Amino acid sequence: MDTLRVLVTDDEAEMRRAVDRALARFTVALPDVEGEVCFAVEQAESGEQALEKIAVQPPDILMLDYKMGGMTGLDVLDQLSKQEHEMLTVMVTAYASLETAVVATKRGAFDFIAKPFTPAELKDTVRKAAAHLLMQRQARKLAQEKRQVRFQFISVLAHELKAPLGAIEGFLQALTNPQVRANDEACAQMIGRCLIRTEGMRKMIHDLLDLTRIESGAKKRELAELDVVEMVHRSIETLTPLATERNVRIEVRTDGPIPMMADQGEIEIIANNLLSNAVKYNKEGGRVEVKLSADGEEAVLAVTDTGIGMTAEETARLFRDFVRIKNDQTRRIMGSGLGLSIVKKLALLYGGDATVWSEPGEGSTFTVRLKRNLGGEPAAAAERAVEA
Amino acid sequence: MAKTVLAVDDDADYLAQLEIQLLAAGFEVWTAESVGQAKEILDQRRPDLAVVDLMMEHMDDGFTLCHDIKARDASIPVILVTGVAGETGLDFDASTKEERSWIKADALLDKPVRFEQLRREIGKLLKE
Repeated sequence: MDTLRVLVTDDEAEMRRAVDRALARFTVALPDVEGEVCFAVEQAESGEQALEKIAVQPPDILMLDYKMGGMTGLDVLDQLSKQEHEMLTVMVTAYASLETAVVATKRGAFDFIAKPFTPAELKDTVRKAAAHLLMQRQARKLAQEKRQVRFQFISVLAHELKAPLGAIEGFLQALTNPQVRANDEACAQMIGRCLIRTEGMRKMIHDLLDLTRIESGAKKRELAELDVVEMVHRSIETLTPLATERNVRIEVRTDGPIPMMADQGEIEIIANNLLSNAVKYNKEGGRVEVKLSADGEEAVLAVTDTGIGMTAEETARLFRDFVRIKNDQTRRIMGSGLGLSIVKKLALLYGGDATVWSEPGEGSTFTVRLKRNLGGEPAAAAERAVEA
Repeated sequence: MAKTVLAVDDDADYLAQLEIQLLAAGFEVWTAESVGQAKEILDQRRPDLAVVDLMMEHMDDGFTLCHDIKARDASIPVILVTGVAGETGLDFDASTKEERSWIKADALLDKPVRFEQLRREIGKLLKE
């Protein structure tokens, strides 16, 4: 349980003791932030003394009498407005009027309570202040964590972009060597690799832009009725050269068109990512089966390959940013490590999900479920996607 | 007879570059894309020198392989190539004897490696 420090500033000793008594065994449960707080009360008998105590260690909540001998409550507020602190001030006054409340709030007071008040009224005011403080603290903590995640993302990104750049640089350096240049075949091979790595880098930047657009919600989504089956067929067309090269056969199973409301670009991204993975990570001469079905309100896209498969430990990490499963079999396969993370985020955006089943050596099945008519709560779905 | 170099890197492109440059410089080159492949080669042949990438499948693969090579034959010079310093801000080098004894490599080079520098290190270690 957290303890919030309350500094009661009042020139009447009786008043200070009353607050102390009321808050001594008072606890507040705050289900929103999963917290519970109690209070430790300290006292100051004048505005001057309060400022001295605040300078040493600011309390969490300052109860400040409006009318005191010497500095008034408003004078204290003025002084405090020049400093930076997260303390909340509750003004206490015998002259309850809207006017004093407005003046105090303008000068930075959080709330206002009129004398005489009952212990219940006091507790109610303190409860509000405590809830506000804890929410504020949690918001700050979340912002900090977000910054951390961002920083990590950028570090990994820098690493991922440097790898192809370094490879290209190395080839170019080798090509400056006259002995190396004398070998035509080696030169052609090196230039070929440079082009492949450049393409890989372009793909990564492309994926990165997709990801940023999805996460920021900056791109305007254009929802229109489209047929998922047709979209998948189009995606297969673009992948045919790669599939032919690897001698991989792609089969589609469906009972007919599956209409849904969606952004065409987003469905393209999902289909292209799943299908290109199924071809890339397949065995030479393998098979890809695409099963499309409508399950109530959902469109279900299941892509099964006869590829290298993954362990449970590997599938657990798979949908995160920049995760690429590194082993002897995947080393020569190019990828940005962002594709599945994008697929997952998009699926969540459609009120669905992306999941995987896999068996090492046998293959994998990726299943994406999408709500066909996202009439309901697109905003909430978008929020979930961003959090994921 | 040409001196033999075992080159180990899990990035096929870096490995190809090493091979091309070393071949051009007149070495015989044996390449391995993983610690496993490197060990298979070492089971059969003894290279005059090894160039090993630090970070392969696991962060410390390069270190492990260095230890393995030195355990087989401590006289084989090993050059450890690393992108670690630049990428993670981690800083280590093999400038003192104590550090070298811990790392088990005879030289450390940063990625991307300039070939002339690698050539110089190889020359020094093979006492050409």
